[in-house]
Amino acid sequence: MIEVKDVHKSFGEAHILKGISTSFEKGKTSLVIGQSGSGKTVFLKCLLGLFSPEKGTISYDGKAYSDLSDDQKRDLRAEMGMVFQGSALFDSMTIAENVMFPLRMFTKQSKSEMQDRVNFVLKRVNLEDAHNKKPSEASGGMQKRVAIARAIVNRPKYLFCDEPNSGLDPKTAIVIDNLIQEITEEYNITTIINSHDMNSVMEIGQKIVFLKDGHKAWEGSNKTIFKTDNEAVTNFVYSSELFKKVRQMYIEERE
Amino acid sequence: MTYLHNIGVYFLMIKEMFRKPTKWSVMKTLIFKDIDDLIMGSLGIVAFISFFVGGVVTIQTALNISNPLIPKYLVGFATRQSVILEFAPTFISIIMAGKVGSFITSSIGTMRVTEQIDALEVMGINTINYLVFPKFVAMMLYPFVISIAMFLGILGGMAACIYGGFSTLEDYIMGVQMDFIPFHITYAFIKTFVFAFLLATIPSYYGYYMKGGALEVGKASTTSFVWTSVMIILLNYILTQMLLSS
Repeated sequence: MIEVKDVHKSFGEAHILKGISTSFEKGKTSLVIGQSGSGKTVFLKCLLGLFSPEKGTISYDGKAYSDLSDDQKRDLRAEMGMVFQGSALFDSMTIAENVMFPLRMFTKQSKSEMQDRVNFVLKRVNLEDAHNKKPSEASGGMQKRVAIARAIVNRPKYLFCDEPNSGLDPKTAIVIDNLIQEITEEYNITTIINSHDMNSVMEIGQKIVFLKDGHKAWEGSNKTIFKTDNEAVTNFVYSSELFKKVRQMYIEERE
Repeated sequence: MTYLHNIGVYFLMIKEMFRKPTKWSVMKTLIFKDIDDLIMGSLGIVAFISFFVGGVVTIQTALNISNPLIPKYLVGFATRQSVILEFAPTFISIIMAGKVGSFITSSIGTMRVTEQIDALEVMGINTINYLVFPKFVAMMLYPFVISIAMFLGILGGMAACIYGGFSTLEDYIMGVQMDFIPFHITYAFIKTFVFAFLLATIPSYYGYYMKGGALEVGKASTTSFVWTSVMIILLNYILTQMLLSS
């Protein structure tokens, strides 16, 4: 579980995060949504420990990040998996080597043990035939799946995804969403996703945090987002005519 | 102020390069890969340039000696001195600033642009140690490249001298052996080690701290070449003043 209390972050004069408090539960897929420039990426980087907040605390299973020693921080980071927007796979390595990388860095497993784990994880993301391909030879959807495999190979406690669906076609995006949700429940991981994708919000948003101008403007789930009267959320989520109609139909059906 | 800031960040990067070392089994692979990319991959161009520039130095020297009282073996002597003292350590280093330097800047810069460095940081890896230290170790083999450049420069001079009919083989060899001062070799290798350090670290600095996209990677490569060359020329002057003018 990750608990965030009154987190503030500025860059020079620009006050990006203005006192965000929330929590993310284990075994659930949580989404952080908001317009571009609302502070989502800065918030995610604060959660990852890449940025230090000026004020407030972020606790991982009860341990405040700011109270940890450098070695404890490094150990904690080894428990985190991250799926980057552009996948961030290492060009010089094959897909199997990319997935094996965290194991080589942080475990003392033998080569055959590592190979077995890589085979298992690649099979889990339906990429059992792609071991020897280079990332440049893989499609966008495959690269995202490799990034997920790399993120989960070392059995992380926390999984962070920065817009995992960007640049993917709707069908592949759904495959990626479902895969992340399945993995979250299967391994009981705390998963946090930054997203713009409304399909993801509706499909896998077991918890949704809506950021606006650095504030937490709303918090709920994919069940409650249909019913909310929060103007900022409805303007953002139901900005298209299609989603307005979907919402209307949902409310009428409930009534 | 920006220059001072950059110099400070550069020295902090060097300090960070030796902290929190990467696991040896991984580091070993990175070092061998960088030796292959930076040292072995440069041998061809260094050999080609050294041989022919050695030849040109010999021809130029021979053609400028018109006085019959000046002995022919002076051609070999002048070629040896030019190649060992300046051409091999300095001229080749400037070429390497273009070849190896731009490779280092663009490869690290591309990793920055494509978030690969962020991915390493999220895993808790000391990215400067992971990326820069293997290049620094690989470049410590740079004197090996310069030794080859020295040998081939003198050999190229010999070939040009004999096939161009400027002097006999015996005269050339006599010139090469004449008044040999072993400290000149020491001086050349001290310079080479200093230049190797610059060649590994300055391009890494420009790649690691670059911001932006693909266009900025190109700009960073150019800037890194300019500043590596400037520092090589500047330190060449300072080291020559310190080591030879006593």
